[in-house]
Amino acid sequence: MKRTVIPLGPFHPLLEEAEFFKLYVEGETVVDVDLRIGYMHRGIERLSTEKNWDQSTYLVERICGICSTSHPMAYVQAVEDLGGFDIPDRAKFIRVIICELERIHSHLLWVGLAGHFIGYDTVFMWAWKYREPILDICEKLTGNRNHYAMMKPGGVRRDLDKNDFAWVHKELDKVIAKTEMLTGAVLDDPVLHARMKKVGVLSKEDAVGYGTVGPTVRASGIPDDIRVDDPYAAYDKLDFNVCTWPSGDVFGKAAVRLLELIESVKLVKQCMDEMPEGPIDARIKRVPEGEGIGHAEAPRGEVFHYVRGDGGNSPIRHKIRAPSYVNIPSFKATCIGHTISDVALITAAVDPCYCCTERMAVLDNSSDEFIMSGKELETESRKVTAKLKADYGRLTPVEETVAKFLKEG
Amino acid sequence: MSDMSALAATQIRFGATLLDVSLHNERRAYISIDKKDAPSVCRYLYEEQGGRLATASGIDMRSGIEILYHFMIPRDHQLITLKIKVEKPAPETGSCGDFLPAAIWIERELNDILGVTFTGHPDPRRLIMSDDWPEGVYPFRRDFKEPAR
Repeated sequence: MKRTVIPLGPFHPLLEEAEFFKLYVEGETVVDVDLRIGYMHRGIERLSTEKNWDQSTYLVERICGICSTSHPMAYVQAVEDLGGFDIPDRAKFIRVIICELERIHSHLLWVGLAGHFIGYDTVFMWAWKYREPILDICEKLTGNRNHYAMMKPGGVRRDLDKNDFAWVHKELDKVIAKTEMLTGAVLDDPVLHARMKKVGVLSKEDAVGYGTVGPTVRASGIPDDIRVDDPYAAYDKLDFNVCTWPSGDVFGKAAVRLLELIESVKLVKQCMDEMPEGPIDARIKRVPEGEGIGHAEAPRGEVFHYVRGDGGNSPIRHKIRAPSYVNIPSFKATCIGHTISDVALITAAVDPCYCCTERMAVLDNSSDEFIMSGKELETESRKVTAKLKADYGRLTPVEETVAKFLKEG
Repeated sequence: MSDMSALAATQIRFGATLLDVSLHNERRAYISIDKKDAPSVCRYLYEEQGGRLATASGIDMRSGIEILYHFMIPRDHQLITLKIKVEKPAPETGSCGDFLPAAIWIERELNDILGVTFTGHPDPRRLIMSDDWPEGVYPFRRDFKEPAR
């Protein structure tokens, strides 16, 4: 059969950063994938070596808008590892609260976008509606909805006011009730099962081989989680479950994120209840010569920072590895054998973001040119869901919940 | 896999091949090896000790380029870093990409930024530097000068 090349990207609505996928297809079926990155290369690793140890914290916070606390978290731990600094217990608890709030809002963002993409706009509206109170909590506790600037080598920059905690508990209770409803509706929905199950299966062997991290590896049944494997901050003092799913498909990735949401809410509540009094900063004066590694479990997986210092005021080398760097190559294992409408869903399952410029072209390399936009690809994906819904024949649990919700207000 | 930690098992298996083993603290171990042994030690950590290649990093020291492979060993709660040194001006070492897919991208990146050639790499194309970046100019080398604007 004639082999066609479909360029996906570099700017694409599904991708957080500009990346370029070349899909080799025969008919509708993807037979090979070629990936290329580098379009968003901002030279942050090099820039960091020109800043001092404190300024780099702000710099790495700007790597990602959603994981805006995971990068500083990993970086400050790398600096603390380098110098062997210990930080006060209260700072450790504050760090966990910020990290978990970030995980909740990031997962809700993903659930909403995934819902939108497969044609469940209700899920999109719900998830984003319930993400708002989380951002309000972030604003109340840290002063900002995102980019909290709470981390610093040696502790945290600002203390939390315990008078806010009663209100935070109340808001989280509201969110947890809604999330449980949403999780139940999504996990029970037969159309979603049909749409997402057995799509983009990442086998255990491939998950390990590609070194995938976060919900991507946990959805393949491997309980890898830096919070447990190399406990940092106060995670060794807290009680939580690592959520896994055995199937490795898109459904598994959705399930893991939904289950993690609830664990994260519990973690934040635990931290507020058990937080000790005391100082929040170890006041590091000088960073000695040496090397240090810090990593943290971001919403998408492990963020890895390596720093090397020569006793001076700034790092001489700062290596940063974000989770998508190891998750994206796994598309080579998951996309092959699926149709183009599924590829959109599979890439989305690793974590999508619509903030990028929408541009995608479908070209036939044997002269008869044909252009397909991101919008059309989305339509393709929605068509598949619509057909499944029609086959189901009656209201799906998500639709039933909506109907009930509308009736009861 | 036995009850023994991956670090101890590696020390027994490779003996004097490991030039230096140092513990920064109980969670961070650094092993220096000769560059010719890097693929076999990486393969052992990955295939027999359940190690996950978190990433690799490279630093241009004055004496040569240091390459570090960071392996996370979840069961030991430990991160083992393998250190090798390759000499300038034409740094070159064996690739781990043929048995460890996680190494493919990071070795391509190291080639882009430091100019280290990984022999036997399954896909030695550029990864992060743009296509019109000049050949033989490596931004993380000490002698790199930013072009005048």
